[in-house]
Amino acid sequence: MATHQIDVTKEHCPMTFVKTKLALAKLASGDTLEVRVNEGEPLENIPRSSTEQGYKVLSVTESDVKGQHLILIEK
Amino acid sequence: MATPEITLDPTTKKLSIIGFSGDFDKLVAVFTLATGAAAVGYEVNLFFTFWGLDAIKIKQGRSPVGKGFLPKVFGIFMGGLKSAPVSRLNFGGISPQIFRHLMRKNNVATLEELVEAAKALEVNFYACEMAMHILGIGKEDLIPEVKEVLGVASFLKMSENGQTLFI
Repeated sequence: MATHQIDVTKEHCPMTFVKTKLALAKLASGDTLEVRVNEGEPLENIPRSSTEQGYKVLSVTESDVKGQHLILIEK
Repeated sequence: MATPEITLDPTTKKLSIIGFSGDFDKLVAVFTLATGAAAVGYEVNLFFTFWGLDAIKIKQGRSPVGKGFLPKVFGIFMGGLKSAPVSRLNFGGISPQIFRHLMRKNNVATLEELVEAAKALEVNFYACEMAMHILGIGKEDLIPEVKEVLGVASFLKMSENGQTLFI
């Protein structure tokens, strides 16, 4: 049950979604991925699309950096 | 040529794109949509025809790809992914290099990175049988990710119940 982290705050569409998807695909069942995202489209759509693809979004929280959020996703 | 077996899953969201243009900017649009859709769970089918075939040649530079004199001339003039011109203000091929520079500088994925992402996301690549025949291009001239060489009927069947774009 490992926890992995990625930061997509420097990425732009579509790579925010692409890097998250590729990181999720590498997880073993029960592993979690913490994705650091900016406000706006990634924050709105990464939790939704992850849920639609069968992953479990455990939490979405504000990070210590203004405008950035942490999305915790479990496979 | 054997007709490929196409199975349809009505529960999967699907985007099919006809990649007609070999222009740099239009290929960026094709691969941005393709990778974005695949990343959020869509099944994505890319069907390359005419100049779009240049994007999926193994040889990415200017090379005499094709069987016969005229196809080889086309191959040299058109080239592959790395010699794709922009659709406006190409300035003899300088503009695509400027775009690549601006994309890297602004941390936006380059065309080549988008193509690699599409492969990693297992986007389905297909090539148009008729256009390949005209241009003298064989499947062996195309990247190995090309799953099938298809005709219109197969593409229509494949894209059924999804969204289809022509770029």
